[in-house]
Amino acid sequence: MIGTKILGFGGYQPDKVVTNDDLAKIVDTNDEWIRSRVGIQSRRVAGDDETVADMAEAAGAKALAASGLEPSEVDLVIVATCSPESPLPNVSATVAHRLGIPAPGAYDLNAACAGFCYGIGAASDSVRAGSARNVLVIGAEKMTSWIDWTDRSTCIIFADGAGAAVVGQAGADEQPGIGPVVWGSAGDLAQKITIDGRDGSLRQDGQSVFRWATSAIAPVALEACRRAGVTPAEISAFVSHQANLRIVESIAKKLGIPRERVADDIIQSGNTSSASIPLALSRMAEQGRLQPGTPALLIGFGAGMCYASQVITVP
Amino acid sequence: MTEQEILSGLADIIEEIAGTPADEVTPEANFVDDLDIDSLSMVEIAVAAQDKFGVEIPDEQLKDLKTVQDVVNFVSKNS
Repeated sequence: MIGTKILGFGGYQPDKVVTNDDLAKIVDTNDEWIRSRVGIQSRRVAGDDETVADMAEAAGAKALAASGLEPSEVDLVIVATCSPESPLPNVSATVAHRLGIPAPGAYDLNAACAGFCYGIGAASDSVRAGSARNVLVIGAEKMTSWIDWTDRSTCIIFADGAGAAVVGQAGADEQPGIGPVVWGSAGDLAQKITIDGRDGSLRQDGQSVFRWATSAIAPVALEACRRAGVTPAEISAFVSHQANLRIVESIAKKLGIPRERVADDIIQSGNTSSASIPLALSRMAEQGRLQPGTPALLIGFGAGMCYASQVITVP
Repeated sequence: MTEQEILSGLADIIEEIAGTPADEVTPEANFVDDLDIDSLSMVEIAVAAQDKFGVEIPDEQLKDLKTVQDVVNFVSKNS
């Protein structure tokens, strides 16, 4: 069977920066508390008129450019999102059209903060099965439109942005650049993170989510490494969903991955749900912390409670 | 498992997670006031304690465990 790989990736963040001090003016919180509890120093917030599709388009364009492909070579567009403005139309068809991708398969995927890794898994499988030559996978979120700005336990965490990657075939003489996805869900805990109805806001039971993430997720990442045939010691970059810096560091510690290899984009970007992994990849690339040709470990986890992990080769 | 063994195991966990030297983890130490351990670190300690002692400390119980001895008693009683 043919192997697949990431051909390119890219990210987009809104211009508006919201610091912890800015939040301290609207809710009872402070910079020290936010830094120590979640590790965030500032986050990006989309403009009032800026939509999930706008951000998805910007990130998708960057990933397409990085891949070196023409839009016409993309046969499928997957947008992972849990925060679109409305259920119809889907985001992916609009974004594909705006990017000049002619009539591709287009669907949105909701696995919340695990959405990007689900998307990469689905994209890789589609290419391997011959259903698509190349797939554009985008994680795009406007989480702040679903936030209660009087709820200090959530409004300090979530933010907006988009990230994307293009998945295509690996060369005949290349090792597969996307390992098997290890994915699953814990529906018994589904009520721990919710948005109730169209007028609802995001609510989460932070302590339960923290417990789940710091106990159930490291074994999933280990399994993804095993399935890809690499050890955690060989992982050059650990790019976790940027849920909370303490969760990320706890998982990395359990895996024995040294801190300098751990993505920590949450510090400047907040928790952008399905966008956080490609955004964190982009940040590491900008910082010169990614080495092309080496294995990076991705893992997403969040509402659902859905999780997914795979090892990719850095393009 | 004796109380002393639980205390020693717990001290190792606390040193690992919170960086508090194990010899400062005395039975009467209060997690928040003496050891500067917040509620999220308490969750991590509970998860590690479950792995080590095979005793689950649910979130509802966790908030009532104020001192090191409280945790030792809970583990001892439920193991």
